[in-house]
Amino acid sequence: MELLRFATAGSVDDGKSTLIGRLLYDSKAIFEDQLEAVERLSRQRGDEYTDLALLTDGLRAEREQGITIDVAYRYFATPLRKFIIADTPGHIQYTRNMVTGNSTADLTLVLVDARKGIVEQTRRHAFLASLLRVPHLLVCVNKMDLVDYDEAVFTRIREEFKAFATRLEVTDLAFIPISALHGDNVVQRSLNMTWYEGPSLLHHLEQVYIASDRNLIDPRLPVQWVVRPTASTVPDFRGYAGRVAGGVFRPGDEVMVLPSGLTTTIAAIDTFDGPVDEAFAPMSVMVRLAQDLDVSRGDLICRPHNQPTVGQDIDAMMCWMADRPLAEGDVVALKHTTRWVRAQVRHVHYSLDVNTLHRDDSANVLRLNDVGRVSLRVTQPLFYDSYRRNRFTGSFVVAAEDTNATVGAGMILGAG
Amino acid sequence: MGGRAEAGQYQLSHLEALEAQSVHIMREVVAEFERPVLLFSGGKDSVVMLRLAEKAFWPARLPFPVMHVDTGHNFPEVLEFRDRRVAELDAQLKIASVQESIDSGRVVDDPGPNPSRNRLQTRTLLDAITEHRFDAVFGGARRDEEKARAKERVYSFRDEFGQWDPKNQRPELWGLFNGRHRSGEHIRVFPLSDWTELDIWQYIAQETIEVPSIYFSHRRTVFRRDGMLLALNQFVTVLDDEEPFETNVRYRTVGDMTCTGAVESTAVTVDEIIAETAVSRLTERGATRADDRTSEASMEDRKREGYF
Repeated sequence: MELLRFATAGSVDDGKSTLIGRLLYDSKAIFEDQLEAVERLSRQRGDEYTDLALLTDGLRAEREQGITIDVAYRYFATPLRKFIIADTPGHIQYTRNMVTGNSTADLTLVLVDARKGIVEQTRRHAFLASLLRVPHLLVCVNKMDLVDYDEAVFTRIREEFKAFATRLEVTDLAFIPISALHGDNVVQRSLNMTWYEGPSLLHHLEQVYIASDRNLIDPRLPVQWVVRPTASTVPDFRGYAGRVAGGVFRPGDEVMVLPSGLTTTIAAIDTFDGPVDEAFAPMSVMVRLAQDLDVSRGDLICRPHNQPTVGQDIDAMMCWMADRPLAEGDVVALKHTTRWVRAQVRHVHYSLDVNTLHRDDSANVLRLNDVGRVSLRVTQPLFYDSYRRNRFTGSFVVAAEDTNATVGAGMILGAG
Repeated sequence: MGGRAEAGQYQLSHLEALEAQSVHIMREVVAEFERPVLLFSGGKDSVVMLRLAEKAFWPARLPFPVMHVDTGHNFPEVLEFRDRRVAELDAQLKIASVQESIDSGRVVDDPGPNPSRNRLQTRTLLDAITEHRFDAVFGGARRDEEKARAKERVYSFRDEFGQWDPKNQRPELWGLFNGRHRSGEHIRVFPLSDWTELDIWQYIAQETIEVPSIYFSHRRTVFRRDGMLLALNQFVTVLDDEEPFETNVRYRTVGDMTCTGAVESTAVTVDEIIAETAVSRLTERGATRADDRTSEASMEDRKREGYF
């Protein structure tokens, strides 16, 4: 059984909670005691209907204010796949939350209200999913029951979205007309929309092909921890543990260690359960090298003929997540793979309006929830690929040096 | 690469993917913190945590101690299991005792008919963290357990009072964790965040991991209170209208004998437990934990104070 992570985003009215509630309920991931608690709370509040958002709005402030503050993670499984939903609010702190939820997603589900069509939020959701390079984008046109299940409405919205999506980089785009309230095309194919010949939403989630989404071409192993047992049963043992960030490693492969540039071969790939003959992303493994090299945390193991870029000047798209703006000259702590460095902002090139995709070249700071292109200089060389090529070696987060809070996230475009 | 058939070979199962993620988290903590500790209750989640830690650092020993917050109201079967498992791993065990916190006047025991020490544990835990200067504390909590937990980060920052601030959490992207903190602050780390109860049991079956005997069906004298089956034991007082009876039960969670309810069950193997879990219509906490029933926000409130 495979794991599929998907992110959703939406506002109160577009039926997102109803849809998630239905997926969870129909797959038996909502339990009776949870449902009873939600029904009780809904009655106390005087809601006209049971508000399934209360299932995910777990914090007191959220229930009191009737808003979703934070990314909520929900879990359900069918016989074919286990699903992890990153459920992100559509309005409050939307950039921060949607960027977070999309960063690890295989698929993003964008909900469109059939009566309203494509609105500002739809464009924002789609843009952020493409910015984070989520491999699959699924547009669900919801509330089809309220437009008499009219094919023309669905077609118009689909064509309008496709036209807009040509401005984005979307590799896989699919559309499904649904009614979350009545269950049309959610789990079962709808009898009300016989003109639609595609799969139901759940069927699409179960079948969408994700195996080729990972980078299996560029071998990258950021060294996380050096395993050096002190026990006399394993003398001189030295293993380099880490999570494979790209490509495939095999025993016997000639490898290069950065930053030293020294080469050797892989003696073995070990695990607690025994040696393995292949390691690929996102496996956590431990490799032993044929020669005793000086390797420590933060180093990177790659192939001599396939190396990442090594450099201190980086050009990146950044999302800013703190009240205090990011300005030219600012210094922050930056974590890339398994190393922390300091970074100084050399230049803010522009900020992007996530609603209109309008580029503001006069911007010289990034404010809370802004997305923008910046040039950074870091204190030590990083071993990186472009985010487009590799999500693991092309991403970083930054923290404020005084408060230690996580204040931004970046996707590497290339050398700055 | 690129052909579908070829790429398809490089796909992990959901348990392999969850394991790889948890191992990554544990290694990251050991690499970046000075004094980590792993909380071990003997419950199924902490048993899985120990296995994951073994895998993360094999063939080296665990690079951190394990700590049991001992309420004094434990199931004897669980204590026996704890000691045996720790000895097998040659791990270092630290015990933080709630009874000692009571005896030294740090906290006051609850005099009620089921005198829960659940909330008292928080003081004992925080005192132990301060005493040992632990800067990272591994816990076995899962996001599917409870809705406040569904919002908690893998790295959950705690201030100098051990408090959790749910409205001011660090965003977590791409598995790039930020464990930066000042002296006196610490991070609670939850490597099982993305696991569900069913995943845990499937993993226990796959790995043939031993769990305490109370998870399997056995005969026990119980009585009904607030819709739960509580074991007859020396820590609880049976009220006049409560009628003890013997039946086949098992436990879905391991907590105090005073507040952990049993479920009627005939499951005697892990596979039978998996079959039961797959069709259960109650969450494990809703079914069996009096401590979570106090109010809609009781978990959130306890977590804010520094609870697990």
